[in-house]
Amino acid sequence: MIERPLPLLLVAALALSACATKTAPPTPDRPSAAELNAMNGRTGVDTAPIRPVERSPLDDPSSPVYRKVIYFDYDASEIKPQYADLLRAHAYYIFNTPGVQVTLEGHSDERGTRAYNLALGERRSQAVQRFMVAEGAPSERLSTLSYGEERPADPRRSEGAWQQNRRVELVYTD
Amino acid sequence: MQRLRLALVPILACLFVLASAQVQAKLTIEVTGGVEGAQPVAVVPFGDIDGARPTVDLAKVISDDLARSGRFRSMPRSEMLSMPHRQDEVDFREWQLLGMNTLVIGEVSPAEGGGYGLRWSLFDVFTGNKLASDSLRSTERGLRNAAHRISDQIYFTLTGERGVFATRLAYVTSRSRSADARVILRVSDSDGFNPQTIVDSAEPIMSPAWSPDGQRLAYVSFEKRKPAIFIQELTTGRRERVASYDGINGSPAFSPDGRKLAMTLSKDGGPDIYVMDLASKQLTRLTDHYAIDTEPAWSPDGSHIIFTSDRGGRPQIYRVAASGGPAQRVTFEGDYNAAASYSPDGRSMVMVTRIGGQFRVVVTDANGGSRRLLSNGALDESPSFAPNGSMVIYASQNNDRGVLSVTPIAGGSGQRLSQESGEVREPSWSPLVP
Repeated sequence: MIERPLPLLLVAALALSACATKTAPPTPDRPSAAELNAMNGRTGVDTAPIRPVERSPLDDPSSPVYRKVIYFDYDASEIKPQYADLLRAHAYYIFNTPGVQVTLEGHSDERGTRAYNLALGERRSQAVQRFMVAEGAPSERLSTLSYGEERPADPRRSEGAWQQNRRVELVYTD
Repeated sequence: MQRLRLALVPILACLFVLASAQVQAKLTIEVTGGVEGAQPVAVVPFGDIDGARPTVDLAKVISDDLARSGRFRSMPRSEMLSMPHRQDEVDFREWQLLGMNTLVIGEVSPAEGGGYGLRWSLFDVFTGNKLASDSLRSTERGLRNAAHRISDQIYFTLTGERGVFATRLAYVTSRSRSADARVILRVSDSDGFNPQTIVDSAEPIMSPAWSPDGQRLAYVSFEKRKPAIFIQELTTGRRERVASYDGINGSPAFSPDGRKLAMTLSKDGGPDIYVMDLASKQLTRLTDHYAIDTEPAWSPDGSHIIFTSDRGGRPQIYRVAASGGPAQRVTFEGDYNAAASYSPDGRSMVMVTRIGGQFRVVVTDANGGSRRLLSNGALDESPSFAPNGSMVIYASQNNDRGVLSVTPIAGGSGQRLSQESGEVREPSWSPLVP
């Protein structure tokens, strides 16, 4: 894995803001430039005004980094296009927030053998890691962990539950 | 007195909870499928000599073992007209009239220096010939195991196939499938009795594997919130963490000589197969591929290892020399073959295959050919041979609950092993221990 944090990050940020100013409505899936700037301002060290209630963007439902789970197709580890902006927003947030560490927890549904699914979960978490590093997240602040099929988000046995279980969770720690 | 009684209530309640936890922990075994060809056998309650008063009903353990195999139909005691303990007390015509083919009688006596002496005999009811007999000693705690050993001898005498009653099962269990349920690795006797907790954790436990001497278990535990491979001695509980590298530490498998442990590690990139020398902890890397390589299993002669790899795009079984070298693909039929392992004689393999979106167990020859379906569930997994090679145990689903299934290779009735509640999975059958 080649690490190219800063230049790519700038490119990504520019691309994002360019794209956002033209078309994108501010939805959780697609953060606007304004949102990203606001977030940046809040997490900046010197310039941000002191606010009475400090709420982490990670806990703010209107923030582009509020959602922390992405989902995968059956037996696949390709990142679906609809999650690219979410992962970019997280990469940007991690780059701009000193001290945060993120564990990328890979999971699978219960179909297939347990050890193979453990490997599949790792492949998913590594796909997310590669994407986020390419988008500027410092690689030393990302780690991967696979639980395979051992920790289902939904233990039921249905197509819907399996969809919920094929996932990578971004788990933030300080 | 009143106060004492009040104090007793919580104590009794605690005992009750403990007792019911024990009941819940025990595996219940049902015979599944037809038992048409089952041979009638009578196991007479053992005679009690000189007030031995054994705490285990040996005849019941033996008769339950034989019935559970599906090859025998045990006569209910209530139908017995006499209960002989010695050959000269047996009236063979009586047992003939009752429709029995074979008869087991025995005695228990106190042994000098403690414990028990057991004597038993097996007769052909039609000829009156003694087919087998033996005497053995047992401790109080070893009584069930002694009865299982007698069952093994009877089973071998009558079928020509080694019995596996005096073996144990390792399995993973949890109260539910949900992520917050505690996970427990247990070992029990082959009839589900004497469940023993090996590890009890809030984090996942996977892949129990027996050492060839039946004294140790290797397993994967996430107890430190990352996977690590442990080897634990069953009698002392002493354990050692042998692998906790970055990434996956999974699928441990002891070599047939017990000196090495094959495993899956992803510390150097993708998951690959490694062999650790257990004395020196030195690792040898057997595969080096960006694809998934996992689920190593040794050939019985220790010369090579089969494993699952998706290097060809889909999971298939490959083999590699235990000393390393190029890997060869073994399976070609089907688009998902995984978790393969050998029969004790090395002539067959069992594995998980995907057929029409369902995961099932198949048996094949050593080259992956002559595939034959052994299970008919939708999510069957973790298959392995019983140590006598005549049966396969695997995890399956019954009424949306994880259970274990045992299916004889040659067909006939099988067994379903379940807990009163909760999930059971990842069975591993202990080796035959002399």
